[in-house]
Amino acid sequence: MNSDTQKGFRVEDLKAYFGKVEALHGISMAIPFQQVTAIIGPSGCGKSTFVRCLNRMHEVTPETKVTGVCLWQGWDLYGPAVDPVEVRRRIGMVFQKANPFPMMSIYDNVVAGLKLMGVRNKQKLAQTAEQSLLRAALWDEVKDKLGQPGTSLSGGQQQRLCIARALAVEPEVLLLDEPTSALDPIAARKVEELIYDLKQSYTIVIVTHNMQQAARVSDRTAFFLLGELIEYDKTALIFTNPREKRTEDYITGRFG
Amino acid sequence: MNRYIALKKRAINRLAQGLCLLALLASIVPLVTILLDALARGGSALSLAFLTELPRPVGESGGGMANAIVGSGILVALASVVGLPLGIFGGIYLAEFGAHRFGHFIRFLADVLSGIPSIVNGIFAYTLLVLPFRHFSATAGGFALGLMMIPTVARTTEELILRVPTTLREGALALGIPYWKMVLRVVVRSVRGGILTGILLAIARIMGETAPLLFTSFGNPFWSFNVFEPISALPLQIFNYALSPFDEWHAQAWAGALVLITIVLGLNLVSRLIMRFSK
Amino acid sequence: MQWHFDDELKRLKEMILRMGAMVEEQIANSVKALVERDVDLARQTIANDHRVNAMDVEIDETCIRLLALYQPAARDLRFITTAMKITTDLERMSDLSEDISERAIELAGEPPLKPYIDLPRMAGHAQRMVKEALDAFVNQDAQLARRVCGDDQMIDDLTDQIFRELLSYMMADPATVTRAIRLSFIAKYLERIGDHATNVAEMVVYLVEGKLIRHTQA
Repeated sequence: MNSDTQKGFRVEDLKAYFGKVEALHGISMAIPFQQVTAIIGPSGCGKSTFVRCLNRMHEVTPETKVTGVCLWQGWDLYGPAVDPVEVRRRIGMVFQKANPFPMMSIYDNVVAGLKLMGVRNKQKLAQTAEQSLLRAALWDEVKDKLGQPGTSLSGGQQQRLCIARALAVEPEVLLLDEPTSALDPIAARKVEELIYDLKQSYTIVIVTHNMQQAARVSDRTAFFLLGELIEYDKTALIFTNPREKRTEDYITGRFG
Repeated sequence: MNRYIALKKRAINRLAQGLCLLALLASIVPLVTILLDALARGGSALSLAFLTELPRPVGESGGGMANAIVGSGILVALASVVGLPLGIFGGIYLAEFGAHRFGHFIRFLADVLSGIPSIVNGIFAYTLLVLPFRHFSATAGGFALGLMMIPTVARTTEELILRVPTTLREGALALGIPYWKMVLRVVVRSVRGGILTGILLAIARIMGETAPLLFTSFGNPFWSFNVFEPISALPLQIFNYALSPFDEWHAQAWAGALVLITIVLGLNLVSRLIMRFSK
Repeated sequence: MQWHFDDELKRLKEMILRMGAMVEEQIANSVKALVERDVDLARQTIANDHRVNAMDVEIDETCIRLLALYQPAARDLRFITTAMKITTDLERMSDLSEDISERAIELAGEPPLKPYIDLPRMAGHAQRMVKEALDAFVNQDAQLARRVCGDDQMIDDLTDQIFRELLSYMMADPATVTRAIRLSFIAKYLERIGDHATNVAEMVVYLVEGKLIRHTQA
């Protein structure tokens, strides 16, 4: 598992603050390359905060701070000369509530990231749009209505549109913050299948409060509680024989 | 017993509904009266000639307010040069960075600016742009009107931007674009319909302003396309004609008022349509 | 929609079929070792038992993992729980083949008591029952499963027949007692194999119909 320590994320003693409040108490873990890692835990345990540290979105909120080491493929994300914009391009994110840009068509939504980066070549844009929509398993459903507004799609389709939009800027990582909690079970399953296919080409970290989803979809699972990493192991082990009692209590629903 | 209470409640309901309706009608009455009055008194003077001809000198009959209509348009354009950039970017600044003490101070100043009597704006413009050049000009008038546009546009822009959900901002930032691009090309773009509406409403307001133009653009009986010369404007012309002793000019003043009301109503309608279609 | 859980189920099915094939071979070889007095074959059969045990453990672990990770419901759930029970029966069948082989080694040291006719016939039945029970499992064929349950009667009848015959041998000549007893053990083992095959078939009925017919008339 740790044969190549340069690959994937390496996080050491990561602490995140909201003002003076320490929300993450020194997290250390290695997230493997091109696998699905799930982060589970009760509300307020810091899982979303942690993931937002991985693409420097945490600092967008005013009066926040991050300390510790966070490396992606050996690259220090918080290095002094590092532009957070570049970090966010290489490490993409999809949010809980699908957020297609409201005044743009489906096509414009997918290429929005590229256009905003200055890409003007119509051919490249169209190619990337089709590729991204194919990768997001949405092409067949929207290829005849690319001009319609992004908000005209169903919830599950909108979420896949957001995934396509994130994929269009060609990131190496996809961070998914509770991507299916606002979707009905069938749409959620479609997204889960998509995640399983995407891990061939992307490193994926998924935050979910749905343990069964973590069990179905991920290769490794991390259990967070009150800002701490309690247990982190292969998913099969976590769900059949966890080492920590707190993990077991959470998984069996005996929490609280 | 219960039936009595239900009936009483329904009666009170009806009474309240009726009172509200009366209040509504009462507030519409002045508008309708003005329109009908203007039509009655100015309808006779309203003609194609009125809309396309220059005013005739004293004594001659006929003529129109074409230069005033165009002049109002030019003044609005000049006002926009001042009002739009300062208003829109001011609004963006307040929305993005206005949470601190300095921001509150700026917002307060904008509110004060919107409360200044329009004639004071005119005097300010006079001092700044007329006295030094010893010249009335369209620029001075446009400047005065622009000052009045700023707070309206800024507050509208600010409120619209503040209402943009965080999810939209974060979604854009997460794609890997700089903050300023996110604000200008995603956030502002998403509310451009509302901003346009705010601009149109601001224009509707300043179109009818007379006081600031009295000693800035002053008025001009001829065509004028030179912004450093005095220029005519609809409210000014209406003002002058209304104060004159000639009946024909009175009628023309009413006709001018009618044109002005139509333009303002038109702007309001268009802005509503924009809001409807941008949904 | 290609659901990768279905791939897992397919792999599980294949593992069970492989284990079933191994067990069928164990049964056949153990009786063959008896009939042909082949001590080496008997020893090999005994040694092979650990391979069957290893498969039992592997399948159990897979089933637990599938239950934990995929929270299956309805038929999928019944399939996986049935698989776990079936492997238990299969593993017992291999143990019984081991026991047969041990008796075969003992009997090979003495002259044969009688020509072996019924025992191989019983073994053939038992093998067939195992095969059909597993076919019923893989194809989810309740009808076939019910037939297998019925076939158990044949094995029970053959067992009675063998006992009576061996009894008569023992009453006639006390010197035959050790051999006769060993042979009656083998008959018992084969009868137990038949019972296990019936268990498998009953579990298949549960899988298909959702009805537990264990411990009742099929």
